[in-house]
Order: sequence, then C-alpha cells, then structure tokens
Amino acid sequence: MMRFLLLFSRQGKLRLQKWFTPMSEREKKKIIRDMTTMVLSRQPRSCNFLHWKDLKIIYKRYASLYFCLAIENQENELLALEVIHRYVELLDKYFGNVCELDIIFNFEKAYFILDEFLMGGEIQETSKQIVNRCIESSDMLQEDDSSEWYEVELFG
Amino acid sequence: MSDVVEKTLTALPSLLSLDSQPGSAKLSSTSKLGNLIRGITELTSKHEEEKLIQRELTSIKDQVSSPNTSMRQMKELMVRAIYCEMLGYEASFSYIHAIKLAQQGSVLDKRVGYLAVSLFLNESHELLLLLVNTVLKDLQSTNLIEVCMALTVVSQMFPKDMIPAILPLVEDKLNHPKEIIRRKAVLALYKFYLIAPNQVQHIHNKFRKALCDKDPGVMTASLHIYLQLIKENSEGYKDLTASFVTILKQVVGGKLPMDFNYHSVPAPWLQIQLLRILSLLGKNDQSTSEIMYEVLDESLRRAEMNHNITYAILYECVKCIYTIQPKSELLEKAAKCIGNFVLSPKINLKYLGLKALTYVVQQDPKLALQHQMTIIECLDHPDLIIKRETLELLFRITNGQNVTVIVEKMLDFLRISKDDYTTIDLVGKVAELAEKYAPDNEWFIETMNTVFSLGGDMMQPDIPNSFLKLLSEGFDSDEEDRKLRLFAVDSYVSLLQSEPNKLPQRFLQVISWVLGEYSHLSAELEPATVMTLLSKLLDLKHTSSETKSWVLMAMTKLCEGGVAISVAQDIYETHSSSMDTVLRQRAQELQHLSQDSELRGRVLPRDAGLMPLEVDSSLSFLDGFVSEALAAGAAPYKPPHQRQEELAQAKALSLEPYSLSLPISMSSCSIADRQSPTLMSMSSGLSGDSTDLSHKGGSTTLKLDGVKRVWGREGYLAQREPVEETAQVEVPSPLRSPSQQAEADSTQSQTPTPTVTPELEQDKQQLASSLFVGLGSQSSVCLMGKSDPTPQRFRRKAQGRASSSGASEKTPTSLGSTPSPVDNLLCNSLLDSNLVSEPTNQTPQASQSLDTTNGNCHEELTDVKENNPSLIHNNEEPDKPKDLCLSSHLPTELSGLSHSEITPLCSNQSVNLSACHVQKEDSLQLVIFIFNSSDSALQQMQLQVDSGELKLSLITDSPVEEVRSHSVAVCHYSVTVKRPSVHVEVLGMLSYQLPGGTPQTIQFSHKLPLTTFIRPLTLSTEEYGSMWLAFSQDTKQNLTLINDDQDPLTTTLNVLKKKLQLHVVEIIGVEGIVACQLVQDQPCLMHCRVHAGTLAVWLRSPVPDLPDCLLYHCQRALQEH
Repeated sequence: MMRFLLLFSRQGKLRLQKWFTPMSEREKKKIIRDMTTMVLSRQPRSCNFLHWKDLKIIYKRYASLYFCLAIENQENELLALEVIHRYVELLDKYFGNVCELDIIFNFEKAYFILDEFLMGGEIQETSKQIVNRCIESSDMLQEDDSSEWYEVELFG
Repeated sequence: MSDVVEKTLTALPSLLSLDSQPGSAKLSSTSKLGNLIRGITELTSKHEEEKLIQRELTSIKDQVSSPNTSMRQMKELMVRAIYCEMLGYEASFSYIHAIKLAQQGSVLDKRVGYLAVSLFLNESHELLLLLVNTVLKDLQSTNLIEVCMALTVVSQMFPKDMIPAILPLVEDKLNHPKEIIRRKAVLALYKFYLIAPNQVQHIHNKFRKALCDKDPGVMTASLHIYLQLIKENSEGYKDLTASFVTILKQVVGGKLPMDFNYHSVPAPWLQIQLLRILSLLGKNDQSTSEIMYEVLDESLRRAEMNHNITYAILYECVKCIYTIQPKSELLEKAAKCIGNFVLSPKINLKYLGLKALTYVVQQDPKLALQHQMTIIECLDHPDLIIKRETLELLFRITNGQNVTVIVEKMLDFLRISKDDYTTIDLVGKVAELAEKYAPDNEWFIETMNTVFSLGGDMMQPDIPNSFLKLLSEGFDSDEEDRKLRLFAVDSYVSLLQSEPNKLPQRFLQVISWVLGEYSHLSAELEPATVMTLLSKLLDLKHTSSETKSWVLMAMTKLCEGGVAISVAQDIYETHSSSMDTVLRQRAQELQHLSQDSELRGRVLPRDAGLMPLEVDSSLSFLDGFVSEALAAGAAPYKPPHQRQEELAQAKALSLEPYSLSLPISMSSCSIADRQSPTLMSMSSGLSGDSTDLSHKGGSTTLKLDGVKRVWGREGYLAQREPVEETAQVEVPSPLRSPSQQAEADSTQSQTPTPTVTPELEQDKQQLASSLFVGLGSQSSVCLMGKSDPTPQRFRRKAQGRASSSGASEKTPTSLGSTPSPVDNLLCNSLLDSNLVSEPTNQTPQASQSLDTTNGNCHEELTDVKENNPSLIHNNEEPDKPKDLCLSSHLPTELSGLSHSEITPLCSNQSVNLSACHVQKEDSLQLVIFIFNSSDSALQQMQLQVDSGELKLSLITDSPVEEVRSHSVAVCHYSVTVKRPSVHVEVLGMLSYQLPGGTPQTIQFSHKLPLTTFIRPLTLSTEEYGSMWLAFSQDTKQNLTLINDDQDPLTTTLNVLKKKLQLHVVEIIGVEGIVACQLVQDQPCLMHCRVHAGTLAVWLRSPVPDLPDCLLYHCQRALQEH
C-alpha cells in the first residue's frame, strides 16, 4: 500500500501532497521537510530508492519537479516507480506536454486526476483513456450544465 | 520537457499572460489564484511571503463569511485557501466552508469542496461528522459523478464509527450497473476492511461476487481485499487457488482488453497482485504449489521486454518461486533472473537484485558465491542505499569464519551513516553477530565497545542488558569466563583513562557495572585506581543522574582499603546533599558500606551473579515484628497517599471533603508506582537482595531482569523468527544439492578475474575469499546457525541459563511491576477468558456486543432480542437448533429479559448441560438447562452447585428429580458475589440414574466474568465524597487513554460506562469520578485523572480485592476498545 505522495520543486517547494493514511499536521510537516532534504541531496546516478523509518521512498525527477512516493516495506520498488510514471503520463495527456506551471496553477486538476488513478493507497485505474474520460467529462460541466450529455460521455 | 520548465521559470511573469496552453487546462492568469502565485514568485524574502499570505488569508476570510458569496466564488476561494495551506499557512477558518461547499455546491463546486475537505481534515477531525450527511445524500444521488465523488471521499477519510451509517449504501453499489461505481465501492470496502475489519465481516461473500465480476477492473480491485484476507488466513482461501491461476493465465496470455495494457505489458499491477496472492497460498503447501508451477513458468517466459515494468513482474515471480514449495526448473530460471538483476548496469535493478539475493540466499547460498565479485563492488558503491542493502545480504550469510570481515564492514558503514533508524537497526545486527560468532574475547569486547560508542543512547536497551547478562552468567568454562571479564576490565580502564567524556551514557553504565563487579580479577589493578577513575565520571558535566547511580553502585562494591575509603568519603560529602533522592540514597549506602567491610561482604558478595533469588514479597518474616509493635501500641501502617490525604484534611477544614482533598493528594504522590501494601513490601524486599542485577544498577536504572528475553542461545530471538520461517520453506530438494555443491566449488575456484588493475583486483579477491568463506561446500545448506559447522564461542552454560530463567521466574517483580494478587489473576484469567470465549471464537465481536447489550438490557431490550438469534446462529455449536429451543425453557419470570448466550457446560451420552445468565438489577440469574438426550428418563436426579466466590440460591420451587427422554429440566439460581475475583467460577455436579442402571455423575464448571455482576451506582458528588473517605481498600494504576482529539477523558469514561456499566458521577476538567456496585451492595468508587497522557485511576471500596478486580476489567475494556 502507498502511504503518501509528494510533489515538490527543485527548490523544495511543495506542489502537491496526498496522504493515504491519517497523519497529524505535525507529522506531515516533518515528513515533508525530511523528504525534501533527503531527496534533494541525492547525488545524480544514485538509485531511485531510499529508506525512511520503516518505509521505502521512491522518487523520480521529471524536469524540475520531484515525485516522491512512500510505500510499505514489502512492496515492489520498481512497480512504485511505474506508478509515478503513469501519473506523469496521465498529467501529460491531460495538460498536453505538462510542465510544473500546469501543476502549480491547476493543482486541483492534478488532485482530481490522482483521485481517479489511485484510491485509498492502491491503484484504481491504470488506463490512460478511462482516467482522462472521467476528468474531462466532469470538466465539461463548467461549460455546459446539461448533465445527461456528460454522463453518456463518461460512462459510455 | 525539462527545457520548457527551465524557461518558464525564468520568464514566469511574461508567460503568465499567455493563454495558449493546449488541452483543457489554462493558466489562470487572470484568476485570483494566478495573481497570488505570481505575487509569491516575485517576492524575495520569506518575511514578505508571510505578509502577503496573511493579507490573502484575511481577504479570503472576509469573503467566505459574507452571505453574498456565491458557490462558484466559494469554490475559487477554497482553491486559494488550499494553496495557502500547502505553503504551510493555516487556514482553519475555511474548513467549515469547505464542508458547506461539498454540501451545497453544484457538482463541480462540490468536487472542489470534497477535495478541500480531504486535504484539510483528517479522520479524527470533529467537523468530519458534518460531512456524513452530505456523503449519505450523494451516495443516493442519481448523478453518477456525485456518487463517484462520495465514494472517493469515503475511501480517503471517514470517521471509523460512522462507517455503519453508510455501509449499506456502499454495499448496494456493488450491484451497480456501472463498473466504475462497482470498482470504487469495492475499494471503499477494502479501506473499511483495513480500518475496521469486523464491520465488513458479513459481506465476505459479496467480495466473491466482485472477484467474479465481468469487468476486470472490479475484479482487480477485489484482489486488494483478498490479498489482505489471505495474509491473515491463507488456509481459508486455498479453494480459490485454481481461480487465481486461471486469471493469471488469461492476463499473461493477453486476453484482457488493450485498455489494461501498460507499455504493452498486459495489466502488470494485476499480475503482481496475483503473484503475491499465489505465493501466500503456496507457502508450505505442496499440492497448492503444484497448481501454480505452470503459470509461473509462463510468466517468467512472457516477461521478456526490457522495461522496468517487466522487471517488476519478474522480481515478484522470483519471490513467489522461492516462497512456495520448490521446483528445481523454476528455481534455476529464477536464479538466472536474479543474476541478470545483479549484473545489470542499471542501478535500480542492481538494488532489486541485491534485495532478491538477500531473500533467497539462505536456501541458495551458491547464488551469493556466484555473484561475489558484484557484491564486493556493491559494498564500495558510492550510493549508501546500495551499500546498506549489500550489508543486509552479508548479514544473512555471516558465519563463524567471515564474521570479523562482515562486522568490520558494518561498523564502517555505521561510522558514516547519519540516519538514526539505520543506526539502531545495524547496531542491533552487529551485536547479534558478535554474540553469536565471536572468534575470541578481544574481538568480542572491542566490537561491543564500538557498538556501544556508535550506538550511543539510541540503541535498543536490550543490547547492553544482554551483554551484561552474558558476562555475568558466563559460559562453559570458568577459565574462559575469567579471561573474558578480565579483558573487559582492562579495556574499560584504558577507555576511562583516555577520554571518558566522549562515551555515551549507556556505555558508561556498562563500564561502571563491569568494573564494579570484576575489577578485582585484575591483579595489578588497585580498587582505589578504579575508584578514582569512576569518581571522575561523576564530575563530568554531561553524566546523567541515572549513570551516576550506576557509578555509585560500582563504587560501593569497590570501596576497600584506605585510599578507596577516603575517596568514598569525598563522594559521600558531595552527593549526600544531592537534590536527587536516588543519588542521595546511593551515597548513603556507599558511606555506610565503606565503613563496615564485613557488612559489605554480606550485602554485596562477589561472583554471586548466578545465585537464584528468592524474594519473600509478603515480608512475612516481619510479621512478628509488626505484631509486637502493634501490641506495644504502634499505629497501624497506612499507605503514604492515605497519610497525605489525612494530613490535607487536617490542614484544611473542608466542607466538601472530596473535591478539596483529592487533587492535592493525587498530585503529591506519584501514581507511577502503585502503593499498595504489597508493593511497599516488595521494594523493601528488593533492597535486601544484593545479587539482583537490576538492583546493582540502581533501582531507577535499566531494568535488567524480567525484560522480555529477546536474546537467546542463538542470539536475537525476535529477529530470528522470520528467518526461521523462511528457512522452513526453503528445504532445498535433496536431488539437487550434490550438483549444486559441485557447482559451488567450481565457481569458487574459477572466479573471473578481468585484469584491469591487478592489485586492486587482488584486494577484492582477498576480500571475497574472506567474505564468502564458509559458504562453499560444507555449509551450503544451512547458514543461519541451524546446523552451524563452527562452534559457537559464547555458548551459555546450561546451569547458567537455568538459573537465570529460574531467577526470572522467581523474581518477576524485580521489574517493578505490580506484584499484587491481581497479577496472578491476570495470567490465569487471561487463559480462562480464552477458554471461555473459545466456542464463540468466530464472533468475538458479536459476543462482546452481547455482553454489553445484555448489560443494558433495560434500555435496549428490543435490540437485543433482534440480535440474539443471529448471534446464536454464529455460534459454532453443532447442535444449533437445540440452543434455540433451550431458550424457550427459560423460567417465565426471565423470559421477557435478554439472556446471555447459552453455553454448553458438559455432556455425555445421555445428558447435555448448558447454562446462560440474565442480569437483573440486584442479582445475576443463572439458569442451568439439563437436556436428556437419551431414550429413557433420568431418575433420582440431583444437581449440586457451589462456588467459593459466589452465593447461589435456588429459585425453582422444588428440585426436579426426573427428566423424561428428550426433554429439558431447568434449574434457576439467583447469584450474588461473596468474594470478588476477576473471574468467578461455579462448580457443579449432576448425579442421576438411568432406569435399570447404576447411579452416574457428571461434573462441570462454569466461569462467569465479574463484569456480569457490576451494576451502575447512582450517586451525587457529595455522597461520593463522603463514601470515598469511608472506604479502606484501594488501588491505583495508570490506564491508557483513548485518544480521539476531542475529549479523551469523556470518551474513555464513556467506553468504561458502556462496557462495564459504570455510573459516571461527574466530570470536572481533567478529573472524573465514577461509581459502581457489585451485586449485591458492594460499592466501588473510581477517581480518574488525566495525567501526562495516561489516565491515573484510583479505586476504593470497602470490599477487599474488588478494586483490583475492577481495575483489571477496566484495563481489558480499554484494550479491547
């Protein structure tokens, strides 16, 4: 099971946080601080895995943005790496050549995509098409409030 | 992609005005969030940012509370509030509005509202209760998007105790026509299962339906639940193995729609989930394993593409193959896979390879041999993570021959590691290896010195404990023991002579103890020299008072001869006025014993570490003294808290005795040590025995005895368990091993040597041969000490071990735990309760709820009646229908009341006895059913019941003497408590005669928890106050608080009230008073106070043992909660 997902910039600015298990504000702050210092101080060409307490931290840098995913000890590190990658692909598909700014300015969209992709710390939907269809059809509401139409769109 | 971002960052403001982003996403340059973000990026200092955000928050605050703000505006405001929170500024004022937005907004606003709620609040936040209604409404909505949102938020965070409210709705969604809803519902139920497993117990069969769902997505989701279920009980799901194998076959064969592919690999997440499930099912099970060999082979074959995701699958396959019962062809292929990982230039794969190698090395040590050069390279890898993983691998292959090299490598790593967690872990491993495989004394002591210095005060306390125990208990040979101790003494003296101020406290404590105990072994060492060295420690600034008392204890053992005595005198003068009472006590002891060497010899005999101790905790030898004193007119003993209380009373003439006096006395005496008379005697009993380790260390210091035995003959027990577990699985097939050994030998002899830098290579070769020695032929099967070829150095003496365990049995109390009679009761009754609950094992929760509902029978009568049939139904008795009909035999006066489950007492071929009870206000009604299962009538029947603790009186008018065939006789008793005990027992005997037969008897015993006799006692605070002072029996203890951010005291008391039927008299601030009575008319009062995160309770009653028993049940109730 995944425990949390953090997105932060090279400067250590938090861009997105998702906690899959309940955590107090203080714990969260400490984890964010630990993660940014640990991950940002990694040398290039090191492996993408870290140990932190009893958790494994899997991180990957995409352009200026670090994706940092904590998993339980017995989980598969490579698979977690692909979870991150799939999330980036989903963002990319939605925003079209995604960059950090997309995520800064539309972070709520990034959360919605994540919620379609992961649920309760487990993978929910791996298909790019389906996730995007979900998000886009909800987005349509903004332009057109006739609910019949998007439901057809979303649920085939 | 990176270029784009680099540029955008530098040219941020100009880009922000562009509006030409592709897709549906737009940079909201004109929006307020856009302005805020832009504003922040333009700032130069943290201080400015703070000011800006505070301004922003004030403006958001004004707007959200304005009634004119529309929901659409509200959504925008929430997004900004989320942003501010993400930057680390609190916007708690907006939480309630987030909930409002989720409640009232249109679908799109709602989505932001839910998002804000899930980011702002956590599961225990009180505002979350307000969300329950919204979620309920949305779950019932016809709009699918709303249902989706509700399910998402439910799986994200939902108060545990509110789950029952929405559970039926979520369950319904399992039948929803849309697969996306079904999938989310399954995942939500999975989440519920994780946080409250018993709540979803009843829908296990629906999970099966989800597993068979026609949509692969729903099926995948259900596997999360199955993995969890199988983890807990693999036996129960063996029948599904074939189905899982079939599913995996189809997935691997590419039968799923393309949608499920990830980089053209079919449903990798699903594959991995299935592989995990299969490995759990096949573990230790030959026939189940056989079902999966084929599909595992296929998986290995199909995963050929060079991509991370295929490697992830391969890794999982390998793990599965090594977990289930072995099959040689598969093992071969798996080994090849691991080889590919380890040799891969990609560092992530190398890491995984090392991990896999660590996992399999115990059953396949030749694999480590094969890759020894790679392992050596990894050991010098610049990346610490790789290094760490390599050490883990080496730890698993350590034996008597390579231990020095491996431990050296581990210590090297410890010296550069900064991470506390790693340090603690590694230090433990080094200590384990050192104890297990130490080649000689010097090495062992020096290694432990490094462990103590590097581990500092973070390491597990059992490391020094076990080290001292090892020293004091000794091994097979006395001469060896002496050498080891002597070496330790020498080594510590030289350490103290150099730089004692750099040593951690724990190490200083170890040093003090060893010097105190064994420095006499060294001929050239004067006690005075040691005394001076030790006394220097007392002057060091950072020495803690705990260490100081160890030092003083050591000195007490040493003060002999003129110089030593004068040192002792100096020490006494400086410490006799210490603020720390323990130090003062130690200084006094030092002073007295240094004056009187004869007494010292008796109190602190040398080499007494092995003598078992007998502690008379009741101090019975003082009885004569006490009775003489009493006869001479001395006042009877009163525990300190009582004395203080009386003192307080005398000082302040309070009109309300309770409220005034109690807080004073409660705060003035430490609640940590229970001051029941037994404990008092206990601690004084301890000071009389000098051989106890813990006493030597000073009573406030490390508790050495009674600590859970984590170290055993083979080393660290707790850690060995998983190892042994895997070892069991990995019985290598005997067919294979000869060839394997041959291979191992050959690989060892012909290790490849690419000649780049011959000298360096030579070094590595050398290292390799020292690291992997002993891994070759002779020990290719067992490495982890199972049948270790090298004899263990520190094999403890059998006698020593026996005496140590004897000592710990005899003096479990040296831990400072509570030696009151309840302790024994605790153990017994724990067993008892297991026995009692055995028949209902399947439904512990159900019987629990029965207990409570039965307790509150007056209010919840109807509820209980509805519940009862299903509970009985759950009860796994073979004769279910009989139970049901038995209840109809209840005496008429009880038939309207709720009764407990009918439990069988005993039976033979002709009679079945069972019992149940009904709680009445003033008594407990016990009903015993005698069911005649034979074909003839029972005659001259006589039922006798008796109990030491209970008073039973028969209510049935005339005793039944005859029971016809296949009918039931009922005996009805009214029961009250004579003498409280944690569990009370009714013993009974039934004698009867079958026509023409000889008289027969059948005996039974029936246990009743004391809780069934507890009733609320309604009192006013004033009454409570006066009663409190009148009661003499009392007990104090700290209980755990139930922490749920709101009001822990109220919550905890409510739990007690619910479970034990206590009456909460009043709660004032951090204190609460509670009253109850034991039927009949045996009151018990409880005073609770929240203190340092625990609940300090103080119970009083006129009845002996009642406070202790009630306390036990309170503990249980809180634990169960």
